Amino acid sequence: MVELSDLTLMQAARALRSGEFSSRELTLACLERIERLEPRLHCFLSLTPELALAQADEADLRLAEWRKSPEVNLPLVLGIPVAIKDVLCLEGVPCTCGSRILENFIPPYDATVVRRLLSAGAVPLGKTNTDEFAMGSSTENSAYGVTHNPWDLERVPGGSSGGSAAAVAARMALAALGTDTGGSIRQPAAFCGVTGLKPTYGRVSRFGLVAYGSSLDVAGVLAQDAMDAAAVLSLIAGSDSQDATCADLPAPELPLQDEGERPLQGLRLGVPDEYFVGGLQPEVEAGVRRAIETLESLGAVARAVSLPHTPYALPVYYLIAPAEASANLARYDGIRYGPRQPADNLLEIYRRTRGELFGAEVKRRIMLGTYALSAGYYEAYYGKAQKARTLIRRDFEAAFNQVDAIAAPVAPTTAFKIGEHADDPLAMYLEDVYTLPANLAGLPGLAFPVGFDQLGLPIGMQLMGAPFQEATLIRIACAYQGATDWHRRLPAL
Amino acid sequence: MPLTIAEVEHIAALARLELSPEEKALFREQLSAILDYFAQLQALDTEDIPPSSGWAPEGSRLREDETQPGLTLDALLANAPEVEQDQFRVPPILE
Repeated sequence: MVELSDLTLMQAARALRSGEFSSRELTLACLERIERLEPRLHCFLSLTPELALAQADEADLRLAEWRKSPEVNLPLVLGIPVAIKDVLCLEGVPCTCGSRILENFIPPYDATVVRRLLSAGAVPLGKTNTDEFAMGSSTENSAYGVTHNPWDLERVPGGSSGGSAAAVAARMALAALGTDTGGSIRQPAAFCGVTGLKPTYGRVSRFGLVAYGSSLDVAGVLAQDAMDAAAVLSLIAGSDSQDATCADLPAPELPLQDEGERPLQGLRLGVPDEYFVGGLQPEVEAGVRRAIETLESLGAVARAVSLPHTPYALPVYYLIAPAEASANLARYDGIRYGPRQPADNLLEIYRRTRGELFGAEVKRRIMLGTYALSAGYYEAYYGKAQKARTLIRRDFEAAFNQVDAIAAPVAPTTAFKIGEHADDPLAMYLEDVYTLPANLAGLPGLAFPVGFDQLGLPIGMQLMGAPFQEATLIRIACAYQGATDWHRRLPAL
Repeated sequence: MPLTIAEVEHIAALARLELSPEEKALFREQLSAILDYFAQLQALDTEDIPPSSGWAPEGSRLREDETQPGLTLDALLANAPEVEQDQFRVPPILE
């Protein structure tokens, strides 16, 4: 039996190559762990054990061939069990997006990121829970039940990629795909004590990613550490003829494993005052400030930077994202896929199907977005937000003339209790206040654990970088994780 | 300024959403509170600032316009709630 609790993706890749264990053994260990923990955590919306074992056996054949002539470069994810957020299409397996309006929808093709992982030999364990259409910060908006935080089962795992984050934290999968429109990779990574990488807008194809906010959506990775996240990113990044917004740039290279005692010598790290304001839990602030000191001890030079338009990010995001969502979700009308509510005429089919099968938060955002785009209000809301978005982007452009990366908290608090924000959507939106700016500016962001609060809940820090500078963020996080062991702590399950 | 129920009904009609009376009342209250909070944006000076709409990431490009094999008819119809003669079936649009 493979011991999963202390095994990173990179270690597993080495063990598979040396023959210490097979991909089938590794996959069975993950499936057994899922079977044991899933009743308490509910990370998955569907499981794909047959597909996983078939893919594992194929990986074992490729590994056996490779051992005969090991000069060929094997993909790092070959034979590695991964989980996939249920807004990314995996052919032949239901893709619900956490919504009843896509109950039983079976995609006829793979998302490009999924295809690239499978072609490289990754083993898909199943589809993970998400807030409905990725709209939420807790997975409480899933139509199929909440995911529980592995560190405290009464608390949320964050969202919307909460199933993926919890599955990695509980060591059910060695890595997982997520998506991040307003913080949906970084915030659950922080709440679950794992590493979450939101790539630059345009770094990774969105073909087969069910659209929420098209000027913001990006697919990325949840993993145990920054090196593992980089390994997955290197396989999913790069241009795609199916996605015109995807940049024709090579994937970022993996960092070197060992760069000496001061690996960050000379690195300029920006600390924005606007991210350390009222509402920030004191332990989160203390944890992030300690982590910045650790980065300084590794050679980084921290200095204050100003991002003056930060307070506007919340209204800007919650106008632009719902506006885009109201257009993107117009396609769910009960005609071409999904269940249909019966009615005598077409208009009533649309109204009843959508009214009945969308959840409250999705309806709320469709209403908000429709209002922001409607005649008479467009200029005051959507138009104004798009101009303010330019100011937010310019803040970052100015800051990245002075520093190589920016360090900040991921979320104002550690994981909150299930139900805590259930009746107050605005309070829930405020959970995203520190993650939204990177989406509005299209920047890469990397979240990782930097400590625990008094209740034993993980504290996360995020790094933000200039567009396509993921390698810088990964290098910083690898240096930090080489000097600390927060990312190695395991929840008691 | 709170939304009226009539405004909520107008937005719901535009969005093709059937809402119960309870939902209308709840959304009226919640959307009003959210829009109130967003009013801070109006104080921001955006004179001469171009909107961020339509921006494409650096390095993105269009592919050659060449035909490629697509999904089969069966695959496209497989998820449809009602199908007739290889088409999506809907109620009559013209009486």
